[in-house]
Amino acid sequence: MTTSTSLKPPAPVPPVDPAPRRRSMEGAAGKAFRWAATGAGALILVVLAAVALFLILRAWPAMTTRASVLSDEISWFPDGKNLLQFVGPLVFGTLLSATIALVISMPVSIGISLFISHYAPRRLANSLGYVIDLLAAIPSVVYGLWGGLWLVPLLSPVWTWLSDTLGFIPLFSGPASDPPRVILTVGIVLAVMILPIITAVCREVFLQVPKLHEEAALALGATRWEMVRMSVLPFGRPGIISAAMLGLGRALGETMAVLMILSPGALYSFALLKVGQHQTIAANIALQFPEADPLGVSTLIATGLALFVITLAVNMAARAIVARRKDFSGAN
Amino acid sequence: MTTLSAGSAAGGGLDPSESTRVMLAGTDRRRRVTDRMMTGLVYVAFGLALVPLISVSWTVIANGIERLTPYFLTVSMRGVFGGMDSGGIYHAIIGTLLITGLAAIISVPIGLLTAIYIAEYGRGRLARAVTFFVDVMTGIPSIVAGLFAYALFAVVFGPGVRFGVVGAVALSVLMIPVVVRSCEEMLRLVPNELREAAYALGVPKYLTIIKVVLRTAIAGLGTGIMLAVARVIGETAPLLITVGVIDSINFNVFQGRMMTLPVYVYRQYSQGLVPCNDPAAICIPTINYDRAWAAALTLILIVMLLNLAGRLITRLFAPKALR
Repeated sequence: MTTSTSLKPPAPVPPVDPAPRRRSMEGAAGKAFRWAATGAGALILVVLAAVALFLILRAWPAMTTRASVLSDEISWFPDGKNLLQFVGPLVFGTLLSATIALVISMPVSIGISLFISHYAPRRLANSLGYVIDLLAAIPSVVYGLWGGLWLVPLLSPVWTWLSDTLGFIPLFSGPASDPPRVILTVGIVLAVMILPIITAVCREVFLQVPKLHEEAALALGATRWEMVRMSVLPFGRPGIISAAMLGLGRALGETMAVLMILSPGALYSFALLKVGQHQTIAANIALQFPEADPLGVSTLIATGLALFVITLAVNMAARAIVARRKDFSGAN
Repeated sequence: MTTLSAGSAAGGGLDPSESTRVMLAGTDRRRRVTDRMMTGLVYVAFGLALVPLISVSWTVIANGIERLTPYFLTVSMRGVFGGMDSGGIYHAIIGTLLITGLAAIISVPIGLLTAIYIAEYGRGRLARAVTFFVDVMTGIPSIVAGLFAYALFAVVFGPGVRFGVVGAVALSVLMIPVVVRSCEEMLRLVPNELREAAYALGVPKYLTIIKVVLRTAIAGLGTGIMLAVARVIGETAPLLITVGVIDSINFNVFQGRMMTLPVYVYRQYSQGLVPCNDPAAICIPTINYDRAWAAALTLILIVMLLNLAGRLITRLFAPKALR
């Protein structure tokens, strides 16, 4: 996986140091090559800045237009609300779906990574990791298709049962909608989609646990689970947190699965089993964009900007945790 | 708990008392049960992860195999309407290949050079910033990448801009960080002795990188690029908003909308069931879903083929030192 490098201890620095004579030998071609490489690196920063810049540029008209004009000109813009009030429920829906996905996939992912790193026979472990990576290779639109046509009918009786038995909890208050194109179904599909990234990061972290910690725990008479609980999990905690945030970041931005499964609405609602309550930013953009007029596009880009800021914050926090951990991992 | 039992175990060795023995026996069973239970849960977790994998592959294959015929692969959707038993994905395959190919042409040089910068030249603040933001960039939502490409081209071509290159730029934003990450990893695997040997012979650094480092890592680089292509070839949302949909074949990435495979799957799915009112005409109510499944199967086959090819390249061409 792409994430694996960031967790490994920094590779030994290649011994460059070409004596002064070598530098002069490098000549114009060498300099050009060096500048090309540096330029490409700098381009990454430029692109990221450009993403923010162009989004702001295009979102500007919507942000500066009065709310009444927005609702007059854009057919799907709710009456009597301003841009912030329009984005609010979308942000809520985005966070809610991602949170559900995270709650479902987190324990499973930790279980899988433990299985691969500490439980499965060594020879099996690698191919098992590959099998999980395959989940990441399946395009999101296929998950949407699978969720919409296969999972939705299957879940219908399950959700009905859930609302009948646990309906007293507001989250599951019934009656459950049929077909269940609801946020809980979306959460399950999103959980499957973010499983590989969380698993990959957790596995890397669990494999890094110093052997001595584990052996010390075992020598004290710990069972395998106690060893995991006392040495592996505490050591891996920062890694687990950052894995969760990476998964969260991915779930926040998933578009197709939400678009193809959820029956949208725009409410602040915790009714997980009812349709027409939630919508996410990404799915709303994909739904409205193809038919939107310039001001509508501008409004959608403004919501996209909100999504960009949220995911950027989540991802930067996750990466910062991983990066800080690097300093410690060399200590053993 | 363990400190306690370990302490008493040591004590028990010196002075075996009945109480210690009882305590050890008592806790042991509970601990053993917990251990067993957690082992079971870990196995269950792994089993749970296999359920979607198996069910996705099974449903896609079972529903898509029937319609995936040579005919389906070689015709477009031009003039197809209602429940007609015709139409195919030729135009979508063309679009996917052209746009993804273009995205690769943009991303590979930039990504490879950035990887070289990080692995070979990078030092100091800029290198740290680049490394960090490449990681952050992998987290950009695909739809935001699409919005960015749209916003970029809308500045030049005005609003409502939709053609292949816009989609390729959107895909590049998603692809570059993946290329950088995997290529950097491969460059770091090249043993330093090779670089040192080249320096010792008086080869300048840039030639060492081009002739020694890149050549040694070539198999890994190929794999990384393959995997990056596989990653973006299934992206739907950015293409939906930057390239749009069309029923006919369009070879020109600089003009007009194009169809791509993922968008085709979504489009067929969203059209839903066809109402068949005329019993005389040939009409298949589920035709749109059937086409969606078949196209999804094609897409998965392409992605898996790319993945497999990537892994095969490493297996076959990797220098012995790296195996």
